[in-house]
Parts: sequence; structure tokens; C-alpha cells
Amino acid sequence: MARLSLAERLEILADAAKYDASCASSGTSKRNSRDGKGLGSTEGMGICHAYAPDGRCISLLKILLTNHCIFDCHYCVNRKSSNVRRARFTPREVVDLTLSFYRRNYIEGLFLSSGIVRSSSHTMEQLIEVARSLREDHAFRGYIHLKTIPEADPQLVERAGLWADRVSINVELPTDAGLARLAPDKDSGQIESAIGRIGDAIVEAKDARKRFRHAPRFAPAGQSTQMIVGADGASDSQIIGRANGLYDRFGLRRVYYSAFSPIPDASAVLPLRRPPLMREHRLYQSDWLVRFYGFSATEVQQATDAEGMLALDIDPKLAWALKHRESFPIDINLATREQLLRVPGLGTRAVAAILQARRHHRLRLEDLGRLTRSIARLRPFIVTADWRPASITDSVDLRARLAPPPRQMELFG
Amino acid sequence: MTARPGATSRQHCILVERPDDLEAWREQARALAAAGVVPEHVIWSLQSSGAADLFGGAAAPAACLPSPAAPLAVRANEAFLGLAESVIRHRDPARFALLYRLLWRLQGDRRLMEKPADSDVHCAMAMGRQVRRDIHKMRAFVRFRAVTEPDGGDRYIAWFEPEHHVVRANARFFLDRFASQRWSILTPDLCLHWDGESLVEAPGADPRDAPREDATEDLWQRYYASIFNPARLKVGMMVKEMPRRYWKNLPEAQLIPQLIAGAQAREAAMVAQGADPFPAAPPETLEEIAQGIAACRRCPIGCNGTRAVPGEGPARARLLIVGEQPGDSEECAGRPFVGPAGQLLDRHLRQAGLDRASIRLTNAVKHFRFEPRGKRRIHQTPTAGQIDLCRWWLEAERRLVKPDMVLALGASAGRALLGRAPRLADERGTAMRLADGAGLWLTVHPSYLLRLEGAARDREEARFQDDLARLRIMLEEPAATP
Repeated sequence: MARLSLAERLEILADAAKYDASCASSGTSKRNSRDGKGLGSTEGMGICHAYAPDGRCISLLKILLTNHCIFDCHYCVNRKSSNVRRARFTPREVVDLTLSFYRRNYIEGLFLSSGIVRSSSHTMEQLIEVARSLREDHAFRGYIHLKTIPEADPQLVERAGLWADRVSINVELPTDAGLARLAPDKDSGQIESAIGRIGDAIVEAKDARKRFRHAPRFAPAGQSTQMIVGADGASDSQIIGRANGLYDRFGLRRVYYSAFSPIPDASAVLPLRRPPLMREHRLYQSDWLVRFYGFSATEVQQATDAEGMLALDIDPKLAWALKHRESFPIDINLATREQLLRVPGLGTRAVAAILQARRHHRLRLEDLGRLTRSIARLRPFIVTADWRPASITDSVDLRARLAPPPRQMELFG
Repeated sequence: MTARPGATSRQHCILVERPDDLEAWREQARALAAAGVVPEHVIWSLQSSGAADLFGGAAAPAACLPSPAAPLAVRANEAFLGLAESVIRHRDPARFALLYRLLWRLQGDRRLMEKPADSDVHCAMAMGRQVRRDIHKMRAFVRFRAVTEPDGGDRYIAWFEPEHHVVRANARFFLDRFASQRWSILTPDLCLHWDGESLVEAPGADPRDAPREDATEDLWQRYYASIFNPARLKVGMMVKEMPRRYWKNLPEAQLIPQLIAGAQAREAAMVAQGADPFPAAPPETLEEIAQGIAACRRCPIGCNGTRAVPGEGPARARLLIVGEQPGDSEECAGRPFVGPAGQLLDRHLRQAGLDRASIRLTNAVKHFRFEPRGKRRIHQTPTAGQIDLCRWWLEAERRLVKPDMVLALGASAGRALLGRAPRLADERGTAMRLADGAGLWLTVHPSYLLRLEGAARDREEARFQDDLARLRIMLEEPAATP
């Protein structure tokens, strides 16, 4: 076969990387190259340099080093038995590509992952070489996210954290049974212990920096993971529980949910249809509830139905509120921050504005109109100086009235 | 604060020199407020750039104000100044008046800025958000094109059209990031040039002043087109974050219309190729399976003109033996395990005390995959994809036959049962359990034995015999029946 051009390989290896949901470039330490020696900077906040028509942010050059793989995971487009075209980059090519994209302000940095060639440790070494070269040879100060291979030598995994802003290991599937069935070469125990080791190293490095200013940084943007939703039989309730366990045990920054989407040359073991994209969105919302709204995982699980699934037509906070009508209405002028955060339709920013505004006068609906997106959704759940719902939270048809009107079916649904 | 007696009631026209200069505005506003000029009496307007040139830019409108005998102390607070920093950069001409109104009201109500529901505060906050968003979008959407300068070095030049006056506010950002390379950002209002040592401001430029192309853009466009997943089109989300007004200066945005148009078609093709092509309801009888496989054209083997070979044996059997695929003799006879390998299997089954008549025999793949060589048809191993596809029939057969034990002969059969490529060397001779509770026993395919010779053959045949003997023991143990 003729050798593929750089552009062709870029197409293949970017295409192969797109099933990783994360493209975040946020949360790392602040750096700049004002000294004129290096290249790049990071702010606390990431920057999305472009958006693709799938609505996703493009912040990083997200590619695989190679899509050759000795593993055979059914949900993965790069599995050994798949018929996709294969390609590989040399570490040098990835470095050059990253720099030339970065210099033109296309990207914030690099998200590098890889299929497994020869052995897990060999592959990991190649990934690390890219990060090392960017940092050492080119004084690159942009963002680097390395996808770590849990089966690699633990020492290699630790070296990755010294060069990268973020490291991640995918747990892949929410249940161990799903992993055993769909990713026969992977082992959930091994994955979790690798996540645990990285978590420990992050905590240790943070600790060391408190005492020694020059202690090396270790993955300052923390670690994240990804789960594929809808490829095995896991319910939303199980997924919420699993994510919560990961946050609690390993101090992860983020758990990403990726709705399983049809992949070329799919394995026959996979389900027939993709799960609705809305399911992924609802899971992110439930994740938000736990991380920013003071809900416990158990409470979010209460918002699911008998099969453990979140409703697709209404958001999980509204679903929870409809199940806990006794907690409402909440008096906007008296409630605590925690109580306000539970009102469907009030986000963190609106709650902050309410808390500030009500110090000066009792808020009326009209005031709320300026502080929030829409008061129509709020009304059944709140009391203001001039409004009290007439036992509206008890009415049976509340859900129907708050859920968006049914839409016509998608033609290609 | 009210207009003091004696304070002038005439209109004051204030010219603001630079659209984003908070310091200059503060001086003017402070002088106005100190003179007790009520907001209604001030008309703010921006000097057009031509006018600024004409008057040398040094007009001091504050000097024309009446200077009251006792000027009022004018105070602003941090919250106000922080917000004004953003609002002043907004393109809305009413921003100066709004800020002055806020400053004026702030003199009488020190806590005004803490009232987000106040309509002036609300409006200023909204403008501040729009400006901060534009600052952020400029950082995101500036695209440099490299040109080689006379000294052989590269200069990275961008053309950008911000919505508000945010170029100066972003100078620091681009300096922090790209201090080691020469760059220029050209905009209609203001240009920035960095040569590695100093930052120079220049008047607005024309898009034609920017380079037309950069070879790397082709790579970037290909990246953009490849990283996008056509299975999940969310155009609304994209437009919300990357509004159309920025598209004309983004090389990748040129592809958007064709990507969207192609996406539906691409997904449909992917689903047609990748999704389960089988009917929703699995067959309910073994006859239906036999008819189904005969008509099955879902993979190239099904289309090669051979006839399908269904399973053979009792409809309910305790043992199901799964081979790889029918061979030449099987295809001719329309029955499984009748060729040389089948005869060898028969002999070993007899030796192990297993009765073929009570066993159901079938194959992982139902059609014969071969390569024609002269008049002969040479066996070809089915691909993993073909095995995975044909697995649907095997699973239907297992559901109906409900065996207690399944014996998989060879790696292809192992794959069809486990859904993965088995490691025969490790997994042979260990009792495994399938999802439906049936036991699974892995061994080699008898055709493998046929390819061996001499001592190796004797040794392997003994191992095979041993596998079958242990299988028989397991079948006799009650534990084997779940």
C-alpha cells in the first residue's frame, strides 16, 4: 500500500479520536510565554476555538498516535477486528502538527490518545515522548491532555503526569459485566487501580508544592474519565451511582458521558440503535446537580423512573421537584442558597443574583424576570412578595404543563 | 444627587475621543458630576476618527464646563469601575450615557451596584457580559496566516472583525501567548503589531491587507471535517457558540454547509452498514432458522452461491457442538460434519462414549467460504466480522435447543460464542459459563488434527480425546446442569 500523506493520516487519526467526548482545556495552572522563550499560555478558563456541526467544542488537537490496536473492544471503531483504514504518526509529526496549529491560534493544545501497538508500555512511552518533546524541546506552554493506558507500567503512567496538564483513563462502560462482555481485553480492576494511582500522585504532588515551591507539578488539571452510554444495559441510575463512586473515591475532575453512536464496521454484539442524544444530556445535567447544586447521588437517583431511567422530556431537577412537591413552594425572599438551588429553573448565577438583590428589598415576580431566564417555569415552585401559587404544586397535571410540548418526530429518527 | 441651584441647565455635548478609553471618560464624567450636571443634560458622542485627527485628539471638553464654586466630591466604587471597564468597550453609543447615569445615581445610592434587578444596573451588566463574551470570542476565533518576511522569519497575520471595541483589551492575551513569534492582528478599527520586542498600535485596516492563504489551513480544515461526528448533528448548539457573523473569517467554517448536508446521508450509510440488519423478531423454530440461513445474504459468504448448512440433531439436546463453517463435502451434502474432519470427530466421539445421535451439531458460520483454485474449492477462514454477523443465527439456535453444554471447536467457534477471539492455548480445558448459564468447553477443530502428522498428530489426538472425555464427565455430573 502506498504510504499515506500527512493530511490523509490526519483525517484517519482525527476521525478515530472523535469518540472521546472530552475536549476541555480548563482548570490547569496559569502559564504564559511573556519571556519570549517558549510558546503558549494557559488561563484558568479553557478556550473553544471552533465548534463543529455536532455542537461540540474544538479546543484541542484531538488525535490518536495510531489506530492500530491489539485489543478487540466491541464498541471501539479501532478494535483489532474492525475494517477501518489504519495509520500512524511518529511522535515528531504530532509535535510539529501541534505547534503549527497552535501558532495559528487554531487550538489550545493537544489531546493525544492511541491504539495499542506492540505492548501497552511501548505505546505509553510513545505518548510520553510527544509530551516530553513539546515541553522540553519546544518549551510549549499550552495544554496537554494524555490518554493513559491502564495496562501500561505504573511508572510510565506517572511520567505522563509530569508533562501533561490532564491525564485520563476511560472506565469505558458503567458496569463490570458490560466491560467483560464488550471489552474482553480490559479489566475493570486494573483500570480502577490505575485511576487510583494517578489520583494519589496528584494529591501527593499538590501536597509537595505546598511545602516546596519548586516541586514538580503533576497533572495540574487533574484527571477525568469517560463512560459509554447505551452500549450495555446499564440504567441511568446505575450510571449516576458509578460516576458518583468515581468522584468520591478518586477525586476525578470530570466524568464524561458519551452516547454510543453508530460506528463504521460495527460489531454485531452492539445494540441496534444509538441511545437518544438527550439521554447523554440528562446525564450531564444529573452530574451538574451533584457537583454544583448540592444534590446527593441518591437524590438524583430518586428522580429516575421505575426502570432507573431519567425522563427525556424534562430535566432531572424538575423531575426531582415533581416527586418532592412537599418541599415547595420556596419563598424566594427567605430561602437559603441550598433551597434556592433546588428550584427548577434557577441556575447558580440566578441564585447568586437573587441572594444579592434581596438584601435591598423584597423581590417581586417582575424583579425575578430580570434575574432569571423565564419565570413561567418558576412560578409553581416559588413564593415572592406578590406571588403565591394556589396549591399549584399539588395539581396532577403539573408535569404535563411544564414539559415542553411534544415535537413532531424526526424524519430520520 | 439633584441638580444644585446655580448649576447650569444647558445641554452639554461631550465628545469622547477613543471608543474604549475608560480613563478619559472618567475624567469627563467626574468633572460633569462635580459640576452637578444631571444625566439628562449630557449628550455623549464619539469623535469620529477623522475628527480626532483634525483636532489633534487633545480636545478637553471638560474645560468648557462651568466650574462651580464648590465642586461636589464624586465617588465611584470598585463594582462600578469593574463593570465600566467592560461596558465602555461596547459598541452601543448609549453606553457613555448609561455609565454616567449609573455614576450619578451612585452618588445618592452607594449600594446601587448590588441591585441586579435595577434596570440601569441590569442593562449595564448585560452589556458587560456581551463585551466579555466578545473578548473571549476574539481569543478563540482569531486565525493567523503565516507569511515570510524579508529577513526570512515568519510573521503571523490575522484579520478579525470584533463586535465591540475589544482589541486593546486582548493585547495582553496575545502577547502572553505568542511573545516568541512576530504577529499582527488587523481589524477595521485598530491593528496591533508585535515584532518580538514592542507592541505597536496602528489605525484600522482593510481585509485586503491580510494574507489570503496559508498552506496549513488545508490540514486544519481536514481536521475539522474529520473530528466532527455526523451521527450527532446539533447545528443550533454550534451556532449559539460560534455565531454566523464570525464565520467569514474562519477557514474551517467554509466547510459547514457541506458537512451538514453530508451528515444525514453519512449517518444513514453508517447505520445501514453497521447496524443490525436482522429482523426484529428472532426465529421461533429450527425450521425457520434453516429457511432463514438459506435466504441470508447479509455478508459476502451468503452471496457466494453456496447453499447454507443448518444444524443437525435433536431439537432439544444437552450438548451442542459448534464448528467453524461447512466445508466442501458439507456444502455438497447439506449436512454438518460429514467430511474428513467430521469423520474424525465421529471417531473421537465414539471413543469418548458420546452418542452423535443425541448431540446437536452446527457451525459458527452457515455458508462455505472458499477460494476457487482450478476445479477445487479451498477452504478460507471467515473474517471476524462475518462470524460476528452470523452469530445472530447461532444465538437463535442456542435459545431453541437450550443445551447444558456447548463444545466450541476452534477459534472461530470460540469467537462466535464468546463474542471475542479466545486464547485457545490458555482457555482450552477450563470450564466457562455463557450468559444464558450454559457451560462452554473449548478445544481445537478436528481439521487441525488432520493437518498434523506423525507423533505430533498422535499427541494432539490424545489431547483432543482427553478434552472430550472430560466433557463427558461434566455432562454426567449434575452440577453441569444449571
